[in-house]
Amino acid sequence: MALDALVFQAVNGLASASGLFLVAAGLSIIFGVTRIVNMAHGSFYMFGLYIAVTVADRLPSPFDFWGGVLVAVALTALIGALVELVLLRRIYRAPELYQLLATFALMLVMNDAALWLWGPEDQLGPRAAGLTGTVELLGRRLPDYDIFLALAGPAVLLGLNRLLTRSRFGRLIRAATQDREMVAALGVNEAVLFTAVFALGAGIAGLGGALQMPREPASLTLDLAVLGDAFVVVVIGGMGSIRGAYVAAVIVAQVKALCIALGTVELGGLAFNMSKLTLVAEFLVMALVLVVRPHGLFGRPAPATRIHASAVEAPLVPLGPGGRGAALAAIALFAAMPLIGDSFAYAPVLAQDVLIAVLFAASLHFIMGPGGMASFGHAAYFGLGAYGAAYAFLTLGVSTPAALVLGPAIAGLGAVVFGWFSVRLEGVYFAMLTLAFAQIVWSIVFQWEEVTGGSNGLFGVWPEGVLESPTGFYLASFALVLAGVLVLRRLAFSPFGHALRAARDSALRAQASGIDIARVRWLAFIIAGTLCGLAGTLFAFAKGSISPEAISVGRSIDALVMVLLGGVQSLLGPLFGASAFTLLQDTVMRETAYWRALLGALMIAVVLLFPGGIAGGLSDIAARLRRAAGRP
Amino acid sequence: MTRLATPAPWRLRRTNTGAKWVDAASSRYSLAHTGDPMPPAAPILARTTLTCITRAFATLESQRRPAMRRSFLPRGPILRAALGPLCAVALALGLPVTGARAAEPIRIGEMNSYKAQPAFLAPYRKGMELAVDQINAAGGIGGRPLELIIRDDGGNPGDAIRVAEELITREKVDVLAGTFLSHVGLAVAGFADKRKVFFLAAEPLTDKITWSDGNRYTFRLRPSTYMQVAMLMPAAVEKKAKRWAIVYPNYEYGQSAAATFKEKLKAAQPDVEFVAEQATPLGKLDAGPVVQALADARPDAVFNVLFGPDLAKFVREMNAREALKDTFFVSLLSGEPEYLDPLKGEAPVGWVVTGYPWYDIPTPAHQAFLDAYQKAYGEPPRLGSIVGYTAITSLAAGLKKAGSTDPEKLVAAFEGLDVVGPFGPFQYRASDHQATMGAFVGPIGLKDGMGVMLDPVYVDGLSVLPSDDEVKKLRPAAR
Repeated sequence: MALDALVFQAVNGLASASGLFLVAAGLSIIFGVTRIVNMAHGSFYMFGLYIAVTVADRLPSPFDFWGGVLVAVALTALIGALVELVLLRRIYRAPELYQLLATFALMLVMNDAALWLWGPEDQLGPRAAGLTGTVELLGRRLPDYDIFLALAGPAVLLGLNRLLTRSRFGRLIRAATQDREMVAALGVNEAVLFTAVFALGAGIAGLGGALQMPREPASLTLDLAVLGDAFVVVVIGGMGSIRGAYVAAVIVAQVKALCIALGTVELGGLAFNMSKLTLVAEFLVMALVLVVRPHGLFGRPAPATRIHASAVEAPLVPLGPGGRGAALAAIALFAAMPLIGDSFAYAPVLAQDVLIAVLFAASLHFIMGPGGMASFGHAAYFGLGAYGAAYAFLTLGVSTPAALVLGPAIAGLGAVVFGWFSVRLEGVYFAMLTLAFAQIVWSIVFQWEEVTGGSNGLFGVWPEGVLESPTGFYLASFALVLAGVLVLRRLAFSPFGHALRAARDSALRAQASGIDIARVRWLAFIIAGTLCGLAGTLFAFAKGSISPEAISVGRSIDALVMVLLGGVQSLLGPLFGASAFTLLQDTVMRETAYWRALLGALMIAVVLLFPGGIAGGLSDIAARLRRAAGRP
Repeated sequence: MTRLATPAPWRLRRTNTGAKWVDAASSRYSLAHTGDPMPPAAPILARTTLTCITRAFATLESQRRPAMRRSFLPRGPILRAALGPLCAVALALGLPVTGARAAEPIRIGEMNSYKAQPAFLAPYRKGMELAVDQINAAGGIGGRPLELIIRDDGGNPGDAIRVAEELITREKVDVLAGTFLSHVGLAVAGFADKRKVFFLAAEPLTDKITWSDGNRYTFRLRPSTYMQVAMLMPAAVEKKAKRWAIVYPNYEYGQSAAATFKEKLKAAQPDVEFVAEQATPLGKLDAGPVVQALADARPDAVFNVLFGPDLAKFVREMNAREALKDTFFVSLLSGEPEYLDPLKGEAPVGWVVTGYPWYDIPTPAHQAFLDAYQKAYGEPPRLGSIVGYTAITSLAAGLKKAGSTDPEKLVAAFEGLDVVGPFGPFQYRASDHQATMGAFVGPIGLKDGMGVMLDPVYVDGLSVLPSDDEVKKLRPAAR
């Protein structure tokens, strides 16, 4: 590999870096001020590109490209402001991360809106007038537009930096980042500030999308594709640090360009195609950075930010007699499902999926609720369990019950390793490191054809023996899931559960009382991972197959959504959330071609009506009923 | 009767609000009132009411989603939201399908990744609907009409298996058909084998579905990855290029296409040298560096497997960099309108591709299909339309031959089944359950500012498939 080729690729990388930076900058600003993990950020990027292409098609050259970009920025900022006004403003007081649920639902709605507005086919916009030529560099041709893009990133960086450090608006933003309530107490209209910040972030995302017009077509898959990258860049740079985001974008883009430039390399007689690493390069970088620097490159330990004080979480209480009766009734209903199946054949099928989802969500809730650690990569353990069991069953030829033990064991082993690194981190950094590990597991599974079946996965994982009949397997999985849920519940009320909650609520005091926080969290992480692996194992046998999607980001987000939908502050929350999510999805998928939008709309409705999730909503109703009946 | 989208309650609701009623009500109605700003109130009211009643009735009749409808009705927000879980419970019980049917239809359960792959599958769906309408207009199969029940498979095997179960247990479908993504297709094929249900995999390209993972109950319509690569081989070999580069999306489809290509080219031309190989993440191609890396390897020719947005990015970047300008390209699927049209005037002239040149197929069978399709939808067909149409045509032919919906009889009927589709006659091979439907090969050119395939040649699928004996060895799993 010639040196000039590498240098040239590095220059190429700068253009890609600017693209990454523009998406990440908006996300970083929004998170810094509003603490919202904006899952819809990729949608603003996608809308930016679609709007720019649409406008550019209607304008005469040479105004087409530039006009398109301007309109796209203005419109996405406007949409951002609207979203903040109509949706997010209502839920700032909800427990942390509920905004994630709302923005995730928004992403679903916006994706279907794009499908409705622009149709399913990709749309390629015009190239930038005045920048279609190339310059000669190192004997190769570099497009003018790449140079423009490579400069656009730093230009936006400087502009934002100036805005944040020199203007009054910037001072207010920085003040709000540190202490919102103080800013409000000083008479600053916080509401306007938040709307402006959200519009700014959305506008920058729109700009990032629009500027990609000469390089890629607008397509419906952009939102999710970009979202992952944006998170990675923001986290590597350090949440809230714009400068860090730029440096991180450059690093990620350069690593990728290097992998591509190296192509196939010979290492000790083994040929390895480095370009395959681009699948996971950014996540490898992120994991490495977070392990060495827990707050990213330029991040600092978060100051004790005073967030809109959400109501202090009430201590967990055991179920009352009414609750116990309802729980027993639910258990009886699930146990009787095979009988119900005689007249409603689909009921046990759906119940099987509900059971798996329940264990999946409950295991995440264990670290997220009592543990206070929101994992964005919980699907890793689901997948490890499923693949472990499937591999043991198919290749090693172990019996079904043995596979049911081996799967969770392998997931637990994964949790031992990844948990050790992860539990040392706080908040969003914890979330992102778990996400990085999940992505790394995903990419290994995706590529390791001989063991995991590559992108297609493994097939023919049908249970044998007593478990071969659907009823037998259903009852077995019901028993296992019930046991898993009861274990988690028992643990939550045990001294261990108290220690875990103490570590969540006040790490300092917990440590002072002699609790080894890291160890308690690690143990909780391992337990959650193992039970999640059990859910994955059941999934593999229920579906007869397992594919890398089971480990994808989307699957991890599903778990988060289930927990949040059900209510993170109640032990019953994940059970409600998982059931509701599975049943809703099953229903709306049949209901309409625009099922994602419908699902999103329903979720938004839940978020707006019950900021505490379904469990919170139910207890609200119960309280109201009690009041109406005149009881205290 | 086709039951495609069951009457959706939320659409019904839109009808009532008046804002979007034209959209939701029948298309005839919207035509009648184009350009009429103040339509007479009485007929509107009458017709809207009528539409509402029929739709409400249809919903009641099918008795399947009262829960969803109810969820919009309650007045108080608390009550409304409380209904969510209640509805869920009601749904879990799986309210049964009742209602008398005149002539018991043959029910086809079709599942596909409509949300994940809309560009290909929207036309696919139209193709299926057209075929079903034509068959039913001609009296159905043995007096029984075809009924198509369409489901989204969620784009992943987990949801797909549940949907397949639902189609079988609740909708009581007679056959399963569809799927686009290879891993979903393979999962459903495994399920069909396990449950002994007939499954026609329409789209998935993976070789495994008919070969290494092939089973008794699964048949596949579309030419496989292997076949499409083999169709391009004559053009690749003829070029006698020494230095080849390969670029492919990094998953099974791309990997197996690249492997097949290398193997076949090496066999035909032993002195060939593969100078660069780029495996790019699907949908996330970093086009600039990849194009540059390929150009730096100075290949004489490139084999491309990228498609969709990745292909557009790649071509754009080649133009922007004026790189690989005089390099010869052979490319999989790039001639399909789904992927070629978005490139507009920038279509890569001279690339030899497989695809579907609907504008240049002068056979009577295709002309009849083209006319019917354009008449029905007012737009040209895509390859998806062909696949959807031919899948239904195949099922109709198989059902007719079997004279029954029994899976065993259907399997027997499909083995060696002759079908005439828009591309002409083809056969489902008994040896590997692969249809011999072919594809078109030709170089890309420009016409009226759009990319087209010039002088496309139809390559019969049978001519590029291994012989029956070879195939038997490839199918260890099939009984």
